[in-house]
Amino acid sequence: MSTEDISKKKSTPTFFKEHQKALYKALEDKNTSIEFREKDPLGTDMVLNLGPQHPATHGVLRLALQIDGETIEKAKLDIGYLHRGVEKVAENKTFQEFMPYTDRMDYLSPYSNNVAFCRAVEKIANVEVPERANYIRMIGCELARISSHLLWLGTMVQDAGAVSYFLWTFREREKLYDIFDQIGGHRFTISHARIGGVANDLTDSAMAMIKEFVNTFPDELDAWHKTLDRNRIFFDRNEGVGVLKTENALEKGATGPTLRGSGYAYDVRKFKPYSKYDEVEFQVPTRLEGDNLARYYVRMEEMQESIRIIRQCLDKLPKGPVRTDNAKQAYPSKDEVYYSMEGMIHDFMMTDTGICPPEGSESFHSIEAPKGELGFFIQSDGTGHPWRLAIKSPSFANLQVLEKILDGEMIADSVLIIGGVDPVMGDSDK
Amino acid sequence: MALDLSEPLQKVIDGLAEDFSDALIDVYQSSGDTFVRIKPEANVEVCRYLKEEHHFIYLTDVIGADRFTSEERFEVIYNLVSLRDRERLFVKAWLEEESPEIASITEVWESANWFERQTYDMFGINFTNHPDLRRMYMPEDFEYYPLRKEFPLLGIPGSIELPSSTPDSEHEI
Amino acid sequence: MGLENSFGDSYLTTKIDTLVNWARSNAVWPMPMGLACCAIEMMAFAGPKYDSSRFGSEVFRFSPRQSDVMIVAGWVNYKMAHAIRRVWDQMPDPKWCIAMGACASTGGMHRCYGVVQGCDNFLPVDAYVSGCPPRPDALMHALLEIQDKIRTEHSVTLDS
Repeated sequence: MSTEDISKKKSTPTFFKEHQKALYKALEDKNTSIEFREKDPLGTDMVLNLGPQHPATHGVLRLALQIDGETIEKAKLDIGYLHRGVEKVAENKTFQEFMPYTDRMDYLSPYSNNVAFCRAVEKIANVEVPERANYIRMIGCELARISSHLLWLGTMVQDAGAVSYFLWTFREREKLYDIFDQIGGHRFTISHARIGGVANDLTDSAMAMIKEFVNTFPDELDAWHKTLDRNRIFFDRNEGVGVLKTENALEKGATGPTLRGSGYAYDVRKFKPYSKYDEVEFQVPTRLEGDNLARYYVRMEEMQESIRIIRQCLDKLPKGPVRTDNAKQAYPSKDEVYYSMEGMIHDFMMTDTGICPPEGSESFHSIEAPKGELGFFIQSDGTGHPWRLAIKSPSFANLQVLEKILDGEMIADSVLIIGGVDPVMGDSDK
Repeated sequence: MALDLSEPLQKVIDGLAEDFSDALIDVYQSSGDTFVRIKPEANVEVCRYLKEEHHFIYLTDVIGADRFTSEERFEVIYNLVSLRDRERLFVKAWLEEESPEIASITEVWESANWFERQTYDMFGINFTNHPDLRRMYMPEDFEYYPLRKEFPLLGIPGSIELPSSTPDSEHEI
Repeated sequence: MGLENSFGDSYLTTKIDTLVNWARSNAVWPMPMGLACCAIEMMAFAGPKYDSSRFGSEVFRFSPRQSDVMIVAGWVNYKMAHAIRRVWDQMPDPKWCIAMGACASTGGMHRCYGVVQGCDNFLPVDAYVSGCPPRPDALMHALLEIQDKIRTEHSVTLDS
């Protein structure tokens, strides 16, 4: 079906005409590795739009699929349905003011986005973070990793058909929400990390809840492994589906569990360790097959490794301050603000001007977010606002890979492949 | 200026200075990261050299920036990672303000496709020989380039259409 | 505004009203327009701890033709606004809309070029929920307000 035929049909949208035309033209021009059948008399090839509003596309993702019956011949992705211009907003805010925006980027694991941004600013402005703050950040990051992978598991298995997984993983997520509530006051988009440390220390009740979670969660993981690891339906739906070959994975820009499911053990926590990750022991799970099942195994094992890291952090947690003492770089503690004049002035200056990295400096720092490598590139002009803040988001790179691995799959499998690649649209559509 | 480079990066810089001495403009370090500035015409050759000779096989990102100077306003920054040597290198090129153009590096790394589309969408930098240069986030009908410094934060009223607040009878739904 | 109807305002129509509105309010099936972080709280609202099905919202129907209330959860982009409007037009009457979160109500913290400053610029909203993201309890409150609205403000004579 050519683009003219599509435009002539009455159901063409009357909005953004240039955009739709360009998208369908690009779909037609795309080269596919799939062999075309001879022109088929039943007329079963058509262009199908999956999204942007769809229960299974994990947010607002639009797929324009050229299908032949049930097989996808070519696929083109259209993103930008959740774009806000966060990079432009960053040019008008101080570094600490920007923290809540980072929460809302990868909104399944907001704590790791906070830590990523903090590490980037601390690198460019040369801020020392005390040890206790580093360990608290690691605990928060790993809890956020478990939270994100739990939601991935719930929705992917629900897409495969087992609806009750959604309820079980959300029950565990509620426990994590309670922990985050104790730590930072909010259920998930806590902006707990501050530049120079964290906002406040872990209370005893928070520590107790984390210990309890760490003790009970592995049993839940085992229970899920038992139901899914030998499940014939789950295997048939996931094995050999959405294969990303090892030689293609790095070239096409995959990152995170998608890349590790295809053989490359590239984990930023081991590549360039940040925030005390070089002092804890953990492994980086990898698989060679590159299909959906491999990505499932990688993520399940990552959850177990996260529990291991949290246990080690809880043992090693040193006593000490949770924020650096330097007034030009970090907020003073609330005691000082309320009871001393210098504290109040420092608080005012930090809110008004903020931390000022040296003029002309630029730096990049990335962390291993649950979805992949999340990095912030900051260029500074000497004021408290960044000159340019560029975000390297993992879901953006993974969606590019998705465009390539959807060719040749069936429509019903496309839903599972999207689930296996696990994109978050707030992250990819900054 | 004395650079504090690790051994693999020192080899890279020496190799670049030897083979691409006319394309190489500047090498500097900032906050622990190494930046190499080259002439924009030579970007494909330099990138291919880095990929094949020095094993920079992973392209992390293609970043655009607006320096807001009267000369050479835009810059394009490539973020390269070498897994074998565990190093990261940034390659920069500065472009003119009037119709900024640079060759696309999709023939070197396929993943540059979407990154360059995003830079085109936000800054208006034209990547020649790109297989599919369309806008990424804003719809094609949008006429401006949002991340340029002169574009206001709140947008330009009327630049993008909003749906009507009454049901449209012409829609066939 | 004169509502002329063939039955007139009699004992019979008010009793039918009460019955139908009672039935409607206790079976409000939401259509989740889950866009961003508020969608996660909406999923938690459908989850086991804050169960939405005990209030009648048994299933989250993702098809607009089968739902009563649309919960706009998350910031609305200009690009997405048209899709949301189309989905809203596809929902059959009577329908209600909940703007969940600060971003759907007024644009929230995103005061920038890409975000529509409130989905009430193109949708008739019935309940606004504040919060970023609002707790599932707050969303529950909004749903109960909608149920109240159905019971008290809606009449079967409006369905022509």
